Parts: sequence; C-alpha cells; structure tokens
Amino acid sequence: MFRRLPDAAATLTVTVDGEPVAARAGDTVAAALLAAGKLRFRDTPVTGAARGPYCMMGVCFDCLVAIDGVGNRQACMVPVANGMAIETQTGARKIER
Amino acid sequence: MPARAVQEYYDVAVIGAGPAGLAAATVCGRAGLATALFDEQPGPGGQIYRAVAGTPLKRDTILGADYWRGARLVEDCAMSGAHYLPDATVWSLTREREIGVSIAGAAHMIRARRVILATGAMERPFPIPGWTLPGVMTAGAAQALLKSAGLVPSGRVVLAGTGPLLWLFARQCLAAGAEIAALLDTAPRANRMRALPHAPSFLASNYFRKGLALLRAVRPRLRVIRHVAALAAEGSGRVEAVRFRTVRVAADRIGADLLLLHQGVVPNVNLAMAAGVEHVWDHAQLCFVPVLTPDLATSVEGIAIAGDGGGIVGAEASAEQGRIAAFAAVRAIKPADAAGLIGAEAEARRNLARWRRGRRFLEKLYRPAAQFRIAEGDTIVCRCEEVKAREIAEAVTLGCAGPNQLKAFTRCGMGPCQGRMCGLTVTELIAAARGVAPGDIGYYRLRPPVKPITVGELAGLPAGDAATKAVARD
Amino acid sequence: MAEDYDIAVVGGGLVGGALAWGLAGAGQRVVLLDEGDVALRAARGNFALVWVQGKGLGLPDYAAWTARSAVAWPDFAAALAFETGIDLRYRRPGGFHLALSESELERRAAMLQRLHNQAPPYQVQILARAEVARMLPAIGPDVAGASFCPLDGHADALRLFRALHAGFQRRGGRYLADRAVEAIEHRGREFRLATRQGEIRAGKVVLAAGLGNARLAPMVGLSAPVRPQRGHILVTERLAPFLHHPMATLRQTGEGGVMIGDSQEEAGFDNGVATRVVSAMAARAVRAFPLLARANVVRSWAALRVMSPDGFPIYEQSAACPGAFVVTCHSGVTLAAVHATVLAPEIAAGALAGELRVFGAKRFNVPQAA
Repeated sequence: MFRRLPDAAATLTVTVDGEPVAARAGDTVAAALLAAGKLRFRDTPVTGAARGPYCMMGVCFDCLVAIDGVGNRQACMVPVANGMAIETQTGARKIER
Repeated sequence: MPARAVQEYYDVAVIGAGPAGLAAATVCGRAGLATALFDEQPGPGGQIYRAVAGTPLKRDTILGADYWRGARLVEDCAMSGAHYLPDATVWSLTREREIGVSIAGAAHMIRARRVILATGAMERPFPIPGWTLPGVMTAGAAQALLKSAGLVPSGRVVLAGTGPLLWLFARQCLAAGAEIAALLDTAPRANRMRALPHAPSFLASNYFRKGLALLRAVRPRLRVIRHVAALAAEGSGRVEAVRFRTVRVAADRIGADLLLLHQGVVPNVNLAMAAGVEHVWDHAQLCFVPVLTPDLATSVEGIAIAGDGGGIVGAEASAEQGRIAAFAAVRAIKPADAAGLIGAEAEARRNLARWRRGRRFLEKLYRPAAQFRIAEGDTIVCRCEEVKAREIAEAVTLGCAGPNQLKAFTRCGMGPCQGRMCGLTVTELIAAARGVAPGDIGYYRLRPPVKPITVGELAGLPAGDAATKAVARD
Repeated sequence: MAEDYDIAVVGGGLVGGALAWGLAGAGQRVVLLDEGDVALRAARGNFALVWVQGKGLGLPDYAAWTARSAVAWPDFAAALAFETGIDLRYRRPGGFHLALSESELERRAAMLQRLHNQAPPYQVQILARAEVARMLPAIGPDVAGASFCPLDGHADALRLFRALHAGFQRRGGRYLADRAVEAIEHRGREFRLATRQGEIRAGKVVLAAGLGNARLAPMVGLSAPVRPQRGHILVTERLAPFLHHPMATLRQTGEGGVMIGDSQEEAGFDNGVATRVVSAMAARAVRAFPLLARANVVRSWAALRVMSPDGFPIYEQSAACPGAFVVTCHSGVTLAAVHATVLAPEIAAGALAGELRVFGAKRFNVPQAA
C-alpha cells in the first residue's frame, strides 16, 4: 500500500469503477489508484490473472485501465483530471462501433 | 520548461529529457542549432530526476541532495533555446533519421540532421515466482511515486534485490517516515571478492563517500537479511507474503503488503535497436549495449547515444556524455564553431572520466545472481503473454535456437511491452540451455512502433504514391 | 562427421515443416535443416489465411490444387491436433475480399468472371454492400461490396508451425536448427549436404528453403527463379471478438489481435518496416472497419514473400539428379494440407504425379505468346 505525504494532499475527485476517489492534480491515474488502496488494475486477457502497476514508467504495460471510455491506457502515463472516469479492466478491450 | 509546437525539421533531435538529454539539448540550443528535446513524460528529468520540476516534495531531506542537481539541468535547458516537447512519444526512428512521434493523439514525422538518443535505462527484469502479483513492483516504481506524487510505501513493506538504488530508496523511505519490514539482499557472497580488485578506484571516486554515508544511514535502522539465494512472492490476487532462502536459513517467510524488487538497471534499447543500431552483449553489465565511438556515434550515421542508454554510467556521467554527443553534433553542423568548443569538450571528457571511476567496483559488488536472472519452472518469463520458463526450456529442446524463433514457438515477446520485461531473461535462458554465450544468442528483432500508436494515428500520416500503390488494391 | 538419412528437407518454415511431417509419416528417416535465429523466414510474413478465392487466374491447375488443399485442411488439422495436442484453430466461416469503391468492386468482379470462365472447383459470389453489412456489421461507409467464398478460412499459423515441428519430431524426424546448408553434391545415389557443423548425407533432398532455393536449386540440376516481395503486417492489441470472418487483408486472430496485411513491394532483400507503407495499410483498414482507428498497434513487421515469376508454385524433381526436389510457393499455410498429405507421399515414392508437371520450372523458359 501507499500513503500520501502531507505535501501531497488530494485536491480533486475522479471515479474508479463508479466510486468517487480523491486524487491530487499532477498525479498519474496509477498514483491516484494506488493512493486509494487499489493494487489490482486489471485481469489479463490471456488467463484472467490479476495485475497492477509494476514499473511506473511506461515499459511494463501492466497498469492498463479504461479512462473516459478508452481502454488499454497506461495509467502511469496519464495525468488525472477532475471528474475523470476510470475503470479497471477484465479481459480484452472492447471498442464500440 | 515551456512546451513548443512541433516543427517538421530540426538540426538536432534529442530523445529523452533525463540528464543526458537535458545536457545535450542545452549545448545544442546554446550553439544556435534548431534543437528539439522530445520526452514522453509531462515534465523533464527522465527517471532519475523524475518530476524534478513539479514534485510535491519541497527541497528537503527526503529525496537527497543528488536529486536536486536535476533542477539545475532543467533550468539550463530552459534558457538554452532548445525546444522542449513533453508528452511526446517517439515510436519510430529510421536510419535516415526520420522520427515518428505522437503528440496529443496525433502522429507526426520529423526529420533531423542529427539524432541524440538519450532514452536512458529501466529496471532489470526480476523474474521470481509470483512477481506478477499486484503489490509486487520495482523499487524504481515506488521511488517514482515518491518523487512525482509524494506517495510513501505503507503497511508491511519488503525490499528485495541488490544495487545502489535499493539502498538509496531505503534511505528515502526512512526519511519519509515509512517503515520497512526487511531488506532482502540478494547480492551473492562471492561478489565481495570479485569487487575487491576494483576497490582502489572506488575509494578514489565520488561514489565512495556517498555510498559509505548511505550505508551508515540505513543499515542500523533496517532489518537486512543477507545472501538471499531464493525468493518468491505469495498470495492470492495480491502479494501477501515473501518466501525466501539464504545460505544459512533453509526457508523463511515474511508477511508483506508490498514487495519492491530491484537488481540494477539496464539500457532501454528498443528505439535504438529498431533504428538498426548495432548492439553487443556486455558481460560486465549483463545486458546489450550499443557499439559506440569515443564521440558516442553509433553504427548508424548521424545517430548518437548518450547516457545510460549506451551502458549504465549513472546520472552525472550521463550529463557529460550528453554534452560530448552534442559537441559532436555542433561540429558536424556548424564546423566554424568547432574551435570554440574544444575547451568545454575537454572538460566534459575529464568530468566523464572522473564519474566513471569506481563504477566497475559497483558493477561487481552488486552483480545480480544467475538464479534471479534466469528463471525456471513455472515462473512467468513473458508477463504479457504469460509464458513460463519451462515452456521456453521445452522450446529449446525442440530445437528453437533463439529469441526470434521462440516467438513462433511460444508467443513469448509478442505482447505490448515488446520484450522489455522478458528480453534479457530470454536471451540468458536460451544461452544457458544451449550452452553458448548470450552474445551468440542475440536479442529480439525490434521494429517500429516501439510504443503503441493507434491505427487511426498511423492512418493519418501522409503516405505518398509509392506506399499507396504498394497496398492491396485489385 | 557425416550423418545418414533417407530424406533431407532444407528449410524449416511452413513449407519444409509440412513436407517433413508428411515424409516422416511415410516411414522415412527424415532430417529437417534450418538456418539460425535470424533468417529471412517467409513463414513470418504469413497471414494465416487458408484462402481460395481469386487464385489461379491463368493456371487452372493452381485453382484446383488450392481448392483441394482447403478441402483437405480440416482432416489435416485434426490429424495434427490428435498427434500433438495442439489445436490449429482452423475456422472456415467463408472469407471476404472487400472493395472500397465501386470501381474496385467492378475490377474485382471482372477478374473473378475471367477466373470463372476457367471453371474453378469453387464458388465466389459478388455481394452488394447491404449483404456485406448484414454479415459484417462493423464495416465502414466506404465499403462498396465484396467477393465472398465459403471455402475461405483461416488458422493459427504459429500453432501450425509448432504442431508441424512437434509432430515431425514425434514421428521420429530429426530437426537441426542453426544448420545452414552451404552446398549440395550429388554422388551416385545419394546427396551430400555441406554445413558448417559437418556433412549430412541423404538418399533424397527436398529444397524448401524459400528464397534460399534460388542458390541451392542449380546445385542439383534444378531451377528456382524466385525473388523477394516485401509484405508488411500490423497487429493490434487483443480486442474482444468482433470479426468472425477473415478478409483477404485483415483478420482477427483467436487471441483477439487484429492483423492487417498484404502490402506488396519490390524492395529487394530489405525486410525493414517502411512507415509510409504501414500508414497506407492503416488507412485502408480504418476505411474498412472504422472502429479500428482507436485500436493500438502493438507490433509491425515485414517479411519477404517467395515469388516466382508468375506467382505460382514451383514443384519439380531434378532430371539430372533424381531424388532432388524443389518446392516453393507463397501460400504456405493454404497449401500445407496438400504439401503434407499429397506432395510428401509422392516425394517419398520418388515421383511427382502428372498433374503437378504444370508447376515445373520449365514453364518459365517458354516464350510468352505474343
């Protein structure tokens, strides 16, 4: 788990799987989820195994979540925005027609 | 640093805004060359100086003095005239120095007379049983969270592995008030003997005093378990415990909410290899490194590599290499300025030599053990396609000769990370199974895009007549 | 150190693999020789289609041979699955060749009409847009229509490759990777293959080395005038299934990734990726299926197809060196079934059937009719 240092207080709100979560402007989506106690970001399309962030620098591709309706986004590379809708993923990405 | 709009052409394109890239762009910008500095992160600093321009941690004692050197590099670059382009993901680079870059969801093709790759390093893969469980991360990842988001590990935190970063991060955690349940040190006992011959250089280097201070600050306040010979993360759906074995203790187990792994860093080779830059196996660093001239030129004309991407040298040496590569670019493009640079270049080379002193000692002291580099049994090697070590070993017995054939046998290496998390493991695993040197096995054949780009973005690039004709059209 | 076999197959790709498996099943002691890890490997450029429509214009026997292979594919896949436990995921839902404009559709229809006049043993229908949209709801507004053939299908080419190799070894075959053949000599009733690691001797030799055949064939009195033709492939991230039929240049794999392919360039031996070409491919793919615009490309590569002067296979036994055969084609997946179950037994028996004579290389020496 992770906790926030006093210098890094939360200042905005996003939703994660529909639930409101506090986040700090400047956080990546991954940081916001981790700070909220979420370690599991997705279940893999290969075996359904649970995965979460590993590298925090965009090379492991394990932190994939859906952000504002777009799936397979690297949570560690996207900064949060107020009102952003984040969803953990199960299996392969579905793109609507 | 203010961001600029992207142009179609630059004199020099620097890729990566860590210490090497910042220093290179500064030299080129000051020399009056049209210079672009591309970086995929929203702020400069690369990984070692991650978030230095925007960290929530004020100038204090948590991160340590070295981190704040990055701020100076950023300031110099901001004043140099170089164009800084953040949130810019470079996904291709050709031998003709054409760069494919994605900015705000749109792809652009840029040309440059000279390219300086400064894409730095990433953590060496650490394939142990259970390393894919949520809650298992790299120490570098946790360090990035501390720098960029002011997050501190909490709960039962276990650090495991070997290397200066592990000890540095331990100190940063302690300074931030985090509790660390244990540090499992996987450096083999034999490393000390092997490092000893290089001790004199180390003692004379800049690293000695810092290293000593670091260990003195950390060791008394931490439970350190040495000579750990085996490690496994256990849990259902997330890490819950770490099982380990040392040379003295047959089996032991610690409860853990977070397991942070680190066994050194290795060059980020994907873009360079996709551009056709020749690499060789470096036995001392146990990774592939580009073949470089003293001017840091690669085997592809006009493309140079500076910083950890050329072989691990550390942040300060990386900055000097950035300057050296930049001086070479300035000489090539503005030969009239060459004479004026001689003094500065000589100084950069002297500084580089100083910062390289002692690194051999560190390499040997912290050399990761083979059993943590070469996985076996059910341990996952390819995280993306979930390919286990035993499947790779089986493919070798079926006659698979190398990593590229392995893709056909197992899908290993075919996922979105493009072999970053498994490449070195695969090369060493096949080498060990076949009884040949890793250099003879080679590495994955890498091609663009080296970072994901949407089909739509690719489609939006201008194709030209020949390309359009080449595509199916009965 | 010499090693003795009944048959040496040179080239461990999809052509060599299928032949070797078939030959090993015919009671022969077979060695399969392959180059090292970084070989040209046309097999990598395959699109995994088992494709019939549109093939054989100008050579009716090729249309028949192709259709025969497609018909034989289910049994072939079942036999391999039974032996190796590897499911090749062969599906035959019928395949489409999309037209992205009225004129493309007209040209396609005209070509298929000419082909139809050769009386091929399969049906192809021209479908108007409405009918295509009913079967492929995700198509974009630019799709004007398509040709559809119920005999078209696709498989998993990597599984095919693995299964052929696994099946070959289970049947007692010997696979030697990293054994590039430098030269072949015909001595009396045997062939001697020189490799860096020593000589291999075999009663028969089958050249299935793709572009390498051009160099090897003359050594045994054969001719294989093949040239490289570059093709690119893009693969997307895994997507939830949405495309249940293969297109000629686009298909969704069993894992969920969408493969986009079929560029054709004369680029010599350069198998590097040309961004402008993949960009043009991406543009056509987005016109065909607009939802793909949002999909991430995770990999692209280029491979060199093995092209004969007329695009049809070359099958021949050497007259000067009986027992030496050359086998080359650019549809290694489609033809895998007949290669394994028809061609291999003929090679084992020592003579190619009369119907395959038309694929001999002598056809290239015939001056074109004015």
